[in-house]
Amino acid sequence: MLSLNINGQSHQVDVDPDTPLLWVLRDVLGMNATKFGCGIAQCGACTVHMDGRAVRACNLPVGLIGEQRISTLEGLNPTDPVTKAVQDAWVALDVVQCGYCQPGQIMAAIALLRAVPHPTDEQIDSAMSANLCRCGTYVRIRAALHHAAGALA
Amino acid sequence: MTTQTPRPALASRRQLLGAGGALLLATFWPTPRQGRAQGASVPASTAPEQGLLVENAQGAFAPNAYIRIATDNRITLILPNVEMGQGIYTSSVMLIAEELGIDMAQVEIEAAPPGGGAEITGGSTSVMTEWLPLRQAGAAARSMLVQAAAMRWQVPVAECTTRSATIIHVPTGRSLPFGAVAAQAATLPVPQNPTLKDPATYTLLGKPQHRIDSAVKVQGRAIFGMDVQVPGQKIGTVAACPVVGGTLAGMNKAAALAIRGVQAVLVNTANNTVCVVADHYWAARKGLRALKPQWHDGPNAHVTTQTIYDQLHDGLNGPAIVANTKGDAPAIIAHAAATHTATYQQPLLAHATMEPINCTAHVRPDGCDIWTGTQIADRARDTAVELTGLPKDKVNVHCQYIGGGFGRRLEHEYVTQCVEFARQVPHPLKIIWSREEDLTHDRYRPAYVDQMTAALDSKGFITALTHRIVGPAVVARWDPPELTKDGYDEDLSVATVITPYTYPAYRLEFARREAPGVVTAWWRGVGGTRGLFVVEGFIDELAHRAGADPVAYRRAMLAQNPRALAVLDKAAQAAGWNTPLPPGRARGVAVQFAFGSYMASIAEVEMPEPDNVIIHRVTAVVDCGRVLNPDQVISQIEGGLIFGFSAALYNEITLEGGRVQQSNFNTWRVMRMNEAPCKIDVLLMPSTEDPGGIGEVGTAAAAPVLANAMAAAQGRRYRTLPLLSPRNGADHKEQG
Repeated sequence: MLSLNINGQSHQVDVDPDTPLLWVLRDVLGMNATKFGCGIAQCGACTVHMDGRAVRACNLPVGLIGEQRISTLEGLNPTDPVTKAVQDAWVALDVVQCGYCQPGQIMAAIALLRAVPHPTDEQIDSAMSANLCRCGTYVRIRAALHHAAGALA
Repeated sequence: MTTQTPRPALASRRQLLGAGGALLLATFWPTPRQGRAQGASVPASTAPEQGLLVENAQGAFAPNAYIRIATDNRITLILPNVEMGQGIYTSSVMLIAEELGIDMAQVEIEAAPPGGGAEITGGSTSVMTEWLPLRQAGAAARSMLVQAAAMRWQVPVAECTTRSATIIHVPTGRSLPFGAVAAQAATLPVPQNPTLKDPATYTLLGKPQHRIDSAVKVQGRAIFGMDVQVPGQKIGTVAACPVVGGTLAGMNKAAALAIRGVQAVLVNTANNTVCVVADHYWAARKGLRALKPQWHDGPNAHVTTQTIYDQLHDGLNGPAIVANTKGDAPAIIAHAAATHTATYQQPLLAHATMEPINCTAHVRPDGCDIWTGTQIADRARDTAVELTGLPKDKVNVHCQYIGGGFGRRLEHEYVTQCVEFARQVPHPLKIIWSREEDLTHDRYRPAYVDQMTAALDSKGFITALTHRIVGPAVVARWDPPELTKDGYDEDLSVATVITPYTYPAYRLEFARREAPGVVTAWWRGVGGTRGLFVVEGFIDELAHRAGADPVAYRRAMLAQNPRALAVLDKAAQAAGWNTPLPPGRARGVAVQFAFGSYMASIAEVEMPEPDNVIIHRVTAVVDCGRVLNPDQVISQIEGGLIFGFSAALYNEITLEGGRVQQSNFNTWRVMRMNEAPCKIDVLLMPSTEDPGGIGEVGTAAAAPVLANAMAAAQGRRYRTLPLLSPRNGADHKEQG
């Protein structure tokens, strides 16, 4: 049995320690907001927060997590100012298309704004380039990040 | 140029609508369908959660296939086309809500089941095909509700109006919610030709509306096929023979079963696929690794990328079908003082939807349920009917949000595969393809070789044009009756025969070559993406050869086409075509008519090195007829361009030993944010023409507009995709 702190709650899971966090979230705990895209940390669809940092759940073995706190999209407090600013900006600018990559984009965006409250285009590109979007919503993601940063000012 | 004769079946819808828009808009008037077995109702007191899909909506008032209004005023709209990012759920709700007299926020939505929806969602046809029927459905329902209220009040219908799902008697101010008269309205006859609103009075259509799926998608609550959780389900992952036509030679079943969590190893000998079933995906994946399936590679073991290109280039000579002809183009070319010839090549492409291929099925003796994202739900149902022998009404397909379609989910072989494996187990089975399986077992956009030859007058303008396309006929596999009796696939007419230009003499030839060892399929932009790269590249070459400005050269060819001319002029103005560029930058242009919509695009690029392209800015002017939801048209063009740029710059599926060599995003490069255009400006032309398609328009423009800008930057033509392929270096000496 492994103990994981996910969204502020302790979860006991009976899996091999090499199991990536992604599949514990999705198939063991039934938490589906975190998406599977590639399995090799190339697309960012599975981005979650570990102690506040954006990490890829698809190649993060649960055996290595220990006490570190995991946050997933469904566990975010929607009234948290940064979370709210990001989600509101995404809706205001209608960023999403198919939406499958967007949970990962949102998690990466929140981590960025917590670290850099007013990012430049370059900082946005640098922080967000690990997250692929096949629908090509990049122009709007950039704009939405500025929009969210403005709302937090 | 000429347009094609209407045909009844699937593929013709794409070509015809591309050709003119209105030909297939004959009203169909579906009847109410029966409720489905699955799906729980939301308690009546719960406010609709915008964007979450409901199932099996009931309502006392069900005047047609699309609308359910319950006595508690809950309104459910059953949407015929599937949402894969293109915003069709929002547009469809707008069309119905406008005529029905409700607010968009009052609506719950349901994805239509097979038989109750559109035949397909693809080819940028959804708005074109639903524009009339959805408004008529809304108008008919409204008229029945108003009539029911007027009867209750004993007042003339003309004294009543509607607002926010309420009928109002204007002289007295009395009002009734729709739900209060739903039961009575249901007893009235459905008007067959309801009066539609004057577009001048529209309150929703033509005005920007937020997507109804934005909130649930940014909260991670939208359910994609991948997210379906059926009680008791197990997770399977598969490996198909890596060479098409190969067979299973052996495997280590005991090793797979020894992996913790693995429940079963299933084999499908007919399709040479193995499936490891486990408690969760990771156990299944480890089990598949331990299983180590071995393969006999079969007859395609020696296929390489070069095999395919050689076969295509071979087709440039010898017999071909004459697909379209006007005048005697070959004779004019034979006697012309000046001619220009160029050969273009395009690679196999994968779809690489963000959501890897997946399907969940539960096959029981008395029924079958399928949960998946599909652009072609009817075929998903039919394959299960065929495999299980169950009657159609015992097979339910639950359509989910689609994490990227791009034509991939116009295929249903993954549904067939899932049902075949699910039949072998007593529990629901969700099959998830790894990204590696997804990329190496895609059904690929074909490779093509095109050759064009123009006869030129003294000013360098076309007096005759011949164009030979060498490649597969996708429709021959996908919808065989649509292959013409001559063996032509009319999808190839987009951007060639169906074009904004008028040529004095023309001949289009098709030499069919089916690639060995790969299955080819539709890909975003279909014939438009394929053809526009060639045609707009070639016209750009002719402009440069004539020493003419590429915009001015095209203007001269578009004198008979005011809509095309207007988008080109506006794009040139908005992009500052005639203004000087910063040092090191260059611009390229493309003009198109495809999917019933016109667009001109201009890209501004910089190439610090020959393999480094910075796309500073793209300007696109769109005339897609009447615009339903302006911001979503803009969004589709932005995204479509980036999707197309990604393929144009980087992507080529290659084969070695019959095996696809690209397997994940480390070898299949997708444009990232830092590589995307810094700025995309999309301008929409006002129009009262019927709406054209928009989902594929941007993608079709991407390769030609970028190739033409890169040609201007580098002073050489780019006739091979991907543009960063070293093969383009070999084109250098071909500069006209």
